[in-house]
Amino acid sequence: MPIKSEPVEVNIGPQHPSTHGVFRMVARIDGERIVDVKMVVGYLHRSMEKLAEERTFTQNIPFTDRMDYLAAMTGNLGYCLSVEKLAGIEVPERAQYLRVIFSELQRIASHCMATGAFINDCGAWQTPVMYCFRDREKVLDLFEMTCGARLTTNYMRIGGVAFDIPDEFLPALDRLVNDDLPYRFEEYEQLLVGNEIIMMRARDVGVVTPEMAINASLTGPMLRSAGIAWDTRKADPYCVYDRMTFDIPVGYNGDAYDRMLIRIEEMKQSLRIIRQAVHQLPDGPHKTDVPLAIRPPAGEAYSRVESPKGELGFYVVSDGGPAPYRWHVRAPSLINLSVLKEMTVGQTIADAIVTLGSIDINVGELDR
Amino acid sequence: MIMALLTIITDNWWDIRDLSNLSHEIEKLIGDANGPAWLIYVVSGLLGAIGIVSFIGGVAVINIWVERRVVGRMQSRLGPNRLGPFGLLQPVADAIKLMQKEVLMPGTASGLIFTAAPIMFTVPGILLMAVLPWGRNMTLASLDVGVLFLLAASSLAALAVFMAGYSSDNKYALFGSMRVIAMLVSYEIPIVISLLGVVLFAGTMDLQGIVLFQEKYWAFMILLQPLAFFIYFISVSAELNRTPADIAEAESEIVGGYHTEYSGMKFGLFYAAELINAVVVSAIISTLFLGGWWAYKLDEIVPGWMIYIGKIYGVYFLFVWTRGTLPRFRIDQLLAFAWKWMTPMAILNLILVAAEVLVWDESGWSAGVMIPAFVVINGTLAIATVYAFMRLLAPKFERFPTALRFYSNIDVPSLPATADGAARAGTQTV
Repeated sequence: MPIKSEPVEVNIGPQHPSTHGVFRMVARIDGERIVDVKMVVGYLHRSMEKLAEERTFTQNIPFTDRMDYLAAMTGNLGYCLSVEKLAGIEVPERAQYLRVIFSELQRIASHCMATGAFINDCGAWQTPVMYCFRDREKVLDLFEMTCGARLTTNYMRIGGVAFDIPDEFLPALDRLVNDDLPYRFEEYEQLLVGNEIIMMRARDVGVVTPEMAINASLTGPMLRSAGIAWDTRKADPYCVYDRMTFDIPVGYNGDAYDRMLIRIEEMKQSLRIIRQAVHQLPDGPHKTDVPLAIRPPAGEAYSRVESPKGELGFYVVSDGGPAPYRWHVRAPSLINLSVLKEMTVGQTIADAIVTLGSIDINVGELDR
Repeated sequence: MIMALLTIITDNWWDIRDLSNLSHEIEKLIGDANGPAWLIYVVSGLLGAIGIVSFIGGVAVINIWVERRVVGRMQSRLGPNRLGPFGLLQPVADAIKLMQKEVLMPGTASGLIFTAAPIMFTVPGILLMAVLPWGRNMTLASLDVGVLFLLAASSLAALAVFMAGYSSDNKYALFGSMRVIAMLVSYEIPIVISLLGVVLFAGTMDLQGIVLFQEKYWAFMILLQPLAFFIYFISVSAELNRTPADIAEAESEIVGGYHTEYSGMKFGLFYAAELINAVVVSAIISTLFLGGWWAYKLDEIVPGWMIYIGKIYGVYFLFVWTRGTLPRFRIDQLLAFAWKWMTPMAILNLILVAAEVLVWDESGWSAGVMIPAFVVINGTLAIATVYAFMRLLAPKFERFPTALRFYSNIDVPSLPATADGAARAGTQTV
């Protein structure tokens, strides 16, 4: 008698220990193997793009904190850049350097979180997360020192940054960047790179081919793991990135393991950028005088930054009023997630979790 | 009678080296009072049972703290430190919280099995403790086939896990129980074969006999059987559902696995029984591989059962350590590991032990020559096989280029002209 079997539908999320946030993945599973995946997004939809049309340009900055709450600085920066482009505002040099320092610190914080959570998805019992959190906390301490907030920093302003750095900031940053973090990242490499179990779990899992990556317009570590050298900081430099020397790590295989390697390497490159930025940091004002209720001329502007997740773009349309006529966010979390089905179908559940973890989505940004 | 018992205990309080003296005293007391012979068994059995059950209960409570505290320190955080000195009262708070919780059961669950599973899960640990020797004469139930009993009773826990997963009527739980059965089938074999090596060496299945063998030849079994220890430790951590093999309750994959639907004290029993089982397995390892209550000359000064508890916690620390360190295998990798490496190595180990025992018996050379020779031979074999395994594993990943490429300049495809007419094209040189 033939045994009758049919795929089972299993909900991975929105309440599941390893979905990042409230992302829901409806998987049809045949034994341990996934035959179909349906992605359900929108559980954290806060209608930010619509709300922004009712608020002034300056009032919209806090929204960008709450989109990718693990990388609030780059969110702030991307939005401010777009409004500055629209209104033609010149940003003082010091503010540009501060923006670079803080967005690179934010990259370290976000990649720490991504690496730890990824190893946790591989099944480690919270230890890597705690290690990575320990180092992320130190970065957040610097944020707190500067702007009083740790997570939703709301630090960038149209025309500069909200506050100049306090006196104790640069010594603390020097300790962190030169004494503390380099050894931590070496420790990560010793523990994670070449670890047989992580290799077994992450090698050849969640492979993104270059064609797939370009067709789905993936960005960030997802794109670079597929072997395509692309980084907005190099391709379309904003702030003072064109004055910095740094390398873009690019993988060969496009698998989850490569993405982990790339994140660890990018943290090291961020340290390099921060050192240069601190070295070159000029004196001067940290902000130009911009009216709070800024009224950019009618028109549109798109600006993009390399957020830790990928290319974060802000498209702002103004009709000459105090509020944007239309505000659209190109969220890398959403676009990077679009290949999830191609990546996971045919895998086991365990691999699908690892794949999802390696994409490094942030549901706040995904649903906005 | 009770007063007389109390006087015996208070009179002999100093003689804690071997608590079996107590039962001799009771025997004497009952004999003096012309009591029936069966009363001796009943009283001493009850006393032993109370001792073991209270040890198990205490262990379950203390280990909640031990595990959380040790893992906390490993994770560069403090661990429980709020309640009582060093957070020692944390298990009490945990227990109170669990007892207050409503015990929920899914409407479609099969009630009897659902309720029986956590109890079933707790029982094997207590059963196993009964046959383990705590001191020279301290065994509650001295079985001639102790090792066989160990193997039989320890695999009962997997059945309870399957009951829990199957009766919950939950997909995650069903996945968990499927995985448990797959692991049971795979890992029982290396466990049995690796323990056979120990049994063959000791020439007895009696656990006390195995300890006495180690005492007689002045060598812990781990020295004679390092590979068996290695195989047993890994296999048993797969059976215990501890990382790197906690795939049956893989939190990041299938939520809680078999205990997804459990809440309140039913979940508490699972939680406690997991800690108990870990300690019981540590006790088995201490007995079979680390000499049990015997520790060279130390057991003449320190009571054997204290040495034994010390060894148990030493092995338990190893379990906590691996749990705090390693990521999880995928189930197919874990099963392949069992079938392709553990089982063949266990069989190889068994063949080698059989040959060694034969040579020992036939040649009639003295133990003083044979034991060091075996230590060297088996140690070399263990190191060689582990090394060979690492080498075997490595080429699997050699086809992947491991290093990353670094670009300091990137080619930017031509972009359309911007609004002010300037074309942003060409290579950006940085």
